[in-house]
Amino acid sequence: MIKQKKKFNENTFLLCITVGLFFAMYIAGMIVFRKNGFARFQVFLNLFISNASLIVVAVGMTVVMITGGIDISVGSFVAMSCMMLANMMENKGYGAVSSVLIVLLIGILFGFVQGFLVSYLKLQPFIVTLAGMFFARGMTAIISQDMISIKNPLFLSWATRKVFLPFGGTMNKRGVLIRPYIYPTVIIALIVLVLIFFMLRYTKFGRKIYAIGGGEQSALLMGLNVRRTRLLAYILDGFLCAIGGILFCLNTCSGFVEQARGFEMEAIAAAVIGGTLLTGGVGNVFGSLFGVLIKGTIETFITFQGTLSSWWTRITIAALLAFFIILQSILGSTKNRRRNSK
Amino acid sequence: MIRAFLKKLTSYRLFLPIASLILVLLVNMIKTPTFFQLEMRNGVLYGYIIDVINRASELVILAVGMTLVVAASGGTDISVGAVMAVAGAVCCFVLAGGQRTVNAYQNPYILGVLAALLAGILCGAWNGFLVSKMKIQPMVATLILFTAGRGIAQLVTRGQITYIRVENFKLLGANIPGVPLPTSIFIAILVVILTNLLLKKSALGLYIEAVGVNKNASRLVGIKSDQIIFLVYVFCGLCAGIAGMITTSRIYSADANNIGLNMELDAILAVALGGNSLAGGRFTLLGSVIGAYTIQALTTTLYAMGVSADQIPVYKAIVVVLIVSLQSEEFVRWFSKMQARRKVVA
Repeated sequence: MIKQKKKFNENTFLLCITVGLFFAMYIAGMIVFRKNGFARFQVFLNLFISNASLIVVAVGMTVVMITGGIDISVGSFVAMSCMMLANMMENKGYGAVSSVLIVLLIGILFGFVQGFLVSYLKLQPFIVTLAGMFFARGMTAIISQDMISIKNPLFLSWATRKVFLPFGGTMNKRGVLIRPYIYPTVIIALIVLVLIFFMLRYTKFGRKIYAIGGGEQSALLMGLNVRRTRLLAYILDGFLCAIGGILFCLNTCSGFVEQARGFEMEAIAAAVIGGTLLTGGVGNVFGSLFGVLIKGTIETFITFQGTLSSWWTRITIAALLAFFIILQSILGSTKNRRRNSK
Repeated sequence: MIRAFLKKLTSYRLFLPIASLILVLLVNMIKTPTFFQLEMRNGVLYGYIIDVINRASELVILAVGMTLVVAASGGTDISVGAVMAVAGAVCCFVLAGGQRTVNAYQNPYILGVLAALLAGILCGAWNGFLVSKMKIQPMVATLILFTAGRGIAQLVTRGQITYIRVENFKLLGANIPGVPLPTSIFIAILVVILTNLLLKKSALGLYIEAVGVNKNASRLVGIKSDQIIFLVYVFCGLCAGIAGMITTSRIYSADANNIGLNMELDAILAVALGGNSLAGGRFTLLGSVIGAYTIQALTTTLYAMGVSADQIPVYKAIVVVLIVSLQSEEFVRWFSKMQARRKVVA
């Protein structure tokens, strides 16, 4: 009993740091930028609005990372999905619904190919997804080198429909109540988050994912089909990336080659900051949500501050990622030492 | 008889790189008959082949560093392109003294070069620290600089392109007067020869292979595995610094967004094409160098066929996956099973 409690502490220690860090940053933001209205509820909701696609992609990344793998093709794939959507709707005359379905299918296919190479040919996930990253970015350029903006009315109506919340409104200077709103993208992202959370925790497939990440040999000896589980994890990741790509496109309503550069880093950082171990076997999608929110808060700081270049977001995220993986590594090595000394 | 000869030939370590180089050159020869023509104009050699060798210089230098990283750590350094950008930005920053465009050096040239190389070494040391001391997977460790590196370079150049409009700044990327071949070719060859001497005349090459084959066993034998891995990353950073200098000199400016763009894939491809296993262990430097020239020839060919720069990675990505798949144990096992079955049938 006591032992179990201790294990719980070790696994959630990083997550606690993350949640604490997020609240500390957010409260600091409220104090520093109180004149600019940082404390408004809408600012908080904007974190979700601008990062809806990152949440979904980070969830997919978390699943793959729990199996002990990684996927650095996500940023390019998001760009490719946006470009495909834009191209199909504007140049090829497809409808919004069929374009979305095709992108989802391609996401599954992309995940299948990467997963097959990783699980059945036992290639290093990094090499495979690095190739995937360049492949998807190159394909984006092959589809079109110019920016395509989407004018499909149905798609735009999805993108611009505001969902007003019944609470948390603020009065503006004229005394008119401004109700806070979100976009449908946020709802989709949160549904995906909750679904994957329950899948990982309560389904056979989810437990298998943890099992093969915790120790491939033991999972194999337990009679789990390691290869198939890993393949399915990559397929799920590809599917989630496609959803992420669609959400990203709903946010930008355009497709161009340079879109979503560095997205893979943000997704990996979100997962790692959220307590997912790079060595696999440990991870929680809600942790990744907080990772995304931290990134969003940094971005909001930079927007509110106004003079800093947007490059600082990336540098801060990289620094945070470095900090957290060093922390993981230190925690991991003390754990090993303790185990060895026993 | 022929089959035995073929078998011997394919088992030769440099078979893959040389065969692919010949293949690319043959395709070029058929498509562009002028491919091997050389021309002397104003004491400078011109021609497709010179162009390929010239453009490949950075890649050769990167491939040398990457080979050692792959051999020692079984991972790759994906930050090399970004480190090139950092080195270029630092060099231009020092030489321009913080101004946006200058017509004369604000600081001595040698200082700029040293600063650039130092920047490369520092980036490499950071990667090496994460990989060797913190035991982080190489690709995750280098991913940090892969994305943050260009941001740092942007900060150094303050988001603008720094121009150095001084004639002798262009020497690294162009020709020294009176020498018919571009300078960068000599630098690349020099790096290869020096590295090879270092590896072959000292035990360093052996150590690197030993660490790559089995890190723990090497440690038990008395090799400082962590130190070797650290050094290898520092060396890779230095190589990226040199390559960054050459690119910067070619465009006589620091363009943080474009220096070394997509070079990491090329460098990894060069190593894989050179017949080196990406899982680490034994390596051939010569293979990677030939691989680098092959890839540059391929890139030039694709350009000539009208493929644009941002589309080329598609083909290279496919080639990487194919090579790595062919190298994989699973594939080899499957292949030998197929052959055994065929023998039984016969």
